[in-house]
Amino acid sequence: MSDVALALRQVRYTNKAFWRNPGSAFFTFAFPLMFLVIFTSLLGSGTIEVAPGVFIKQSTYYVAAMSAFAVITASYTNIAISVVFQRDAGILKRTKGTPLPGWAYMGGRVLHVLIVAILLVIITSAFGVAFYGADVPSGVLLLKFAAVVVVGAMSFAALGLATTSIVPNPDAAPPVVNAIILPLLFLSGIFIPFGVDTPEWIRTVARIFPVKHFADAMRAGFYGAPFEFLWRDVLIVAIWGLAGLILAARFFTWEPRK
Amino acid sequence: MAEPVIQVRGLRKSYGDVEAVRGIDVTVERGEVFALLGPNGAGKTTTVEILEGYRQRTGGEASVLERDPAKLDRPTKARIGIVLQSSGVDPFLTVRETIDMYRGYYPHPRPVDEVIDVVGLSEKRDTRVNKLSGGQQRRLDVAIALAGDPELLFLDEPTTGFDPSARRNAWQIVRNLIALGKTVFLTTHYMDEAQYLAKRVAVIAQGLIVAEGPPATIGGRDTAQTVIRFRVEDGEGLPSLGQVPLGDGTLELRTEHPTKVLHELTAWALDRGAELEGMEVYRPTLEDIYLELTGGEAGAE
Repeated sequence: MSDVALALRQVRYTNKAFWRNPGSAFFTFAFPLMFLVIFTSLLGSGTIEVAPGVFIKQSTYYVAAMSAFAVITASYTNIAISVVFQRDAGILKRTKGTPLPGWAYMGGRVLHVLIVAILLVIITSAFGVAFYGADVPSGVLLLKFAAVVVVGAMSFAALGLATTSIVPNPDAAPPVVNAIILPLLFLSGIFIPFGVDTPEWIRTVARIFPVKHFADAMRAGFYGAPFEFLWRDVLIVAIWGLAGLILAARFFTWEPRK
Repeated sequence: MAEPVIQVRGLRKSYGDVEAVRGIDVTVERGEVFALLGPNGAGKTTTVEILEGYRQRTGGEASVLERDPAKLDRPTKARIGIVLQSSGVDPFLTVRETIDMYRGYYPHPRPVDEVIDVVGLSEKRDTRVNKLSGGQQRRLDVAIALAGDPELLFLDEPTTGFDPSARRNAWQIVRNLIALGKTVFLTTHYMDEAQYLAKRVAVIAQGLIVAEGPPATIGGRDTAQTVIRFRVEDGEGLPSLGQVPLGDGTLELRTEHPTKVLHELTAWALDRGAELEGMEVYRPTLEDIYLELTGGEAGAE
């Protein structure tokens, strides 16, 4: 069997196990929808000034924002926590003793994450269309949007793999992962939209990390105008993903930490 | 003669200032079951994990299937099955799915159902791994290691924590492997396990091999002196055979010629119509030898 076929085969088993773990599958899928309902219920009737003089409905805004949140949860959070669990349980160590190349195993996991992310985006969008009258991208915009989802899911998955190297054990995984991702989510306009009066220091911090760029690209890919789709945002996300991959290749461990 | 499956010369491993393995030699021939026997912390797992490719040795020579275990290539890894001391599997897959997943990594795997039968998990074929007992999970470990039809199998403390009947079952599984012609490298801290399974045993203590050989002769067990103990009411005229009194009035003597000594003793007793009370004749068990060799640390959990 070729290595690619091995990786694809790994996707199948990862997927099987994923859906049989009700806790993990439920929260991965329920969280973004739950937040979408909460945010739009709390703020849905208002409008947001996204640029001087440009207003959009809150509910529309949150469909794209929660799609971005869903991709990050499915890729970054999910990979970082579940891979630490697998490492600590000795699953990775066992795998390392087989002829399966490490990248095929991890590649299988990342591909699985991508599938879950795409599914989540579809569900969130469908939810947005059904309940909030959101417009779904089509044509060239859809292709751009798809590219953002793919690049984003894989980059955040790579960053999730890199994060495992600083997590000592599974108990520490959720706090470490949340301590990294929650502030960035708040600094990205995903939960609380940036307005015209957002302080400059927040914009500066947000510009450094990949979450805001990803959220912006998702939003622009989803709605088109008045948002401006910038390939630069996608590129920055991809560079972060590449950095994550390099760090993971250097510091990732297959054996439980003592 | 064929190359040994495993050959180790002067193997060393240090962790910082601590030398876990201090220069050991091991040779394992094809089709042989070899046991590395020793108390916890003696260096067994360090040794086996160097041979499996998990750790880098700090000194000495090692070859596994004619390769350097520090850099095993994929074709060589495909010829090795590993049962680690502790390792996990995905809890949400069934026994069959799990074995099938690992099988797929190997070029010439054994049929899933055959592997399941060898380890006696047929009843649990479609049970999820998280519903298996500890002993069943251990059998699954062996099944996974067998799935790729390896020539060489590493078993690191396969029965630690088992109850006696589970251990008997596990031993039967290992015997099945022997029948399949596998070379097995086993580590254990149970003497009876080594004795029952292995053709050759090396005793490791504090990072050094202190004795090596077949279980029947290891540590000079076959040539060791026989111990004879008895009590007599009145020892008048008792031939002097080197007996020494113990604290409770029992006489003990050690001899390399038990037949002759017993003959003299019993002849004397019959002559006088006396009885050699509480007579015991025994040879050192593997356990005695082991305790002596490892400095009394045997069975320390």
